Amino acid sequence: MSSASGNAPPPVEASGLVKRYGSVTALDGLDLSVAAGTVLGLLGPNGAGKTTAVSILATLITPDAGRARIAGADVLAEPRAVRSRIGLSGQFAAVDEHLTGFENLDMVGRLYHLGRRRARQRAAELLDLFDLADAGARPVKTYSGGMRRRLDLAGALVAAPPVLFLDEPTTGLDPYSRRQLWEVIRRMVGGGTTVLLTTQYLEEADQLADRILVIDHGKAIAEGTSDELKRLVGAERIEVTVAAVAELPRAQQVLARFAVSEQQTDSRARSLITPVEGGAGVLTEALRELDRAQVTVRDVGLRRPTLDDVFLTLTGHATEEQATEEQAAAPEEEKG
Amino acid sequence: MRGLLHAVGDAAVIAKRNVIKIKRVPEVLVFVLLSPIMFVLLFAFVFGGSINIPGGSYREFLIAGIFAQTVVFGATFTGAGLAEDIQKGIINRFRALPMSRSALLVGRTVSDVVYNALSLLIMALTGLVVGWGIHTSVLEAAAGFALLLAFAYAFSWIMAYVGLLVPSVEVINNASFMVTMPLTFVANTFVPAENLPGALRVFALWNPISAVTQATRELFGNVPPGTPPPEAWPLQNPVLYTLLWAVVIIVVFAPLAVHRYRTIGRRS
Repeated sequence: MSSASGNAPPPVEASGLVKRYGSVTALDGLDLSVAAGTVLGLLGPNGAGKTTAVSILATLITPDAGRARIAGADVLAEPRAVRSRIGLSGQFAAVDEHLTGFENLDMVGRLYHLGRRRARQRAAELLDLFDLADAGARPVKTYSGGMRRRLDLAGALVAAPPVLFLDEPTTGLDPYSRRQLWEVIRRMVGGGTTVLLTTQYLEEADQLADRILVIDHGKAIAEGTSDELKRLVGAERIEVTVAAVAELPRAQQVLARFAVSEQQTDSRARSLITPVEGGAGVLTEALRELDRAQVTVRDVGLRRPTLDDVFLTLTGHATEEQATEEQAAAPEEEKG
Repeated sequence: MRGLLHAVGDAAVIAKRNVIKIKRVPEVLVFVLLSPIMFVLLFAFVFGGSINIPGGSYREFLIAGIFAQTVVFGATFTGAGLAEDIQKGIINRFRALPMSRSALLVGRTVSDVVYNALSLLIMALTGLVVGWGIHTSVLEAAAGFALLLAFAYAFSWIMAYVGLLVPSVEVINNASFMVTMPLTFVANTFVPAENLPGALRVFALWNPISAVTQATRELFGNVPPGTPPPEAWPLQNPVLYTLLWAVVIIVVFAPLAVHRYRTIGRRS
């Protein structure tokens, strides 16, 4: 448990979380902590254990081992206190489609025991905040996907909880709605809310998270800021696509002298990634060398590493591929 | 005390939510109200001529049976409603709120009494049109309706548990039909229990549905004059027997359902 935020314990703190479903180990000793007023991005492919972790922290399921405290309350010993201090939104929280937007938020407010008047007032405030005031009197079944997600997020904020769990809040949303939702989340964090956000979108973690915890197979495999994680992979990289797979070894050999760390090849994509230092100058020189060695280059570029690269480096496979595999292997896990 | 107040308040919030849904999806209400009308008319006119009740009219005899059958079928709504909450994922919203752990179930079972009260009202009106009547005091009549609703309320806890166990609206509807049909037909609902053969007769005499029906008939004054007194204890004490069953059902199934609700995501 390492979080340097003075003497107050971090609002979200978990250690050694284990959860098994039969022979499938969803969480395998996960530690995490989120400092007050910051966003921790829990990044990993489908089936990595993200939803299981959030479900445990939100008291929906109990871990087989491990402990967690949320805003000072123990998840196992004081689940009710935890529930009054958290908001939960995302792929498995939901809204009632027969109720109007207003009725949904009012109901949630009443169930947080805000009292009749305060619940109504809060519902109206949140509809305004989430740009749903005009739709507030309509049943939710007439809402678009983006509007439902915004209402769902509003539901999580009804009691203005100090801790917010957002489980893949933008999965399945169009880019416009996604950006809109990010804006709202930033505003909440600006107001002092502590957020644990799960996502399989690297861009989302990059955009919203102060720190990122990369998990795979229920275990943390790296933690740091987005920049720190990128630095793990190396500064810049030259990406070369060659005309024929047979040319890959030659290209690798030619560029090996520029490499500052291990090169990676992808024979399916006929591409070679070489981490380098020195920017455009190195690229020019590398191209000259490739030409001299008569390697037919189809495409070439100099890129800053993305979180995708981080994932590739840490797990040995790309996020997209992994996601499909995991989905096939453990389709029930995310329903938790 | 505070906990109890919260539990009652939370259940009321949930019940209100379900009642709003009755308004928003009036199609459901139409079915709730039309099928009992259809049942009353079908039985009154199709079987009314062929089934003879010595010393009385079959229509008078029949109505209490249809009342009992319909309110017991009403429990299907409870199971289906909870199954839908699970399917749509909203149950996880509730489970992460600091609300009472029994509220979703109490609110659901209570709001389903509204469905049953409405269908009783419609059936009673239809019954009056086809020649049924209440021949006792207002108080006894009210007790008859109250007993029907109380038994149905208890029965809905069974379906609440089943709905949480098998969270599929389609399965719930079919399963409920499979259980409720024999339960409500192998009884004194549509023919006197004494007329049934062998084992069916024993089952019918001890079937709580028979007791509800018998109690309702007595409280409405629909027992044909000159009918010999029932031979089995349950039908000699139908109100007591019905209430006993109601209590036993709630004592067994309410804790089971609440436990299931608390642990529903914890498959391991």
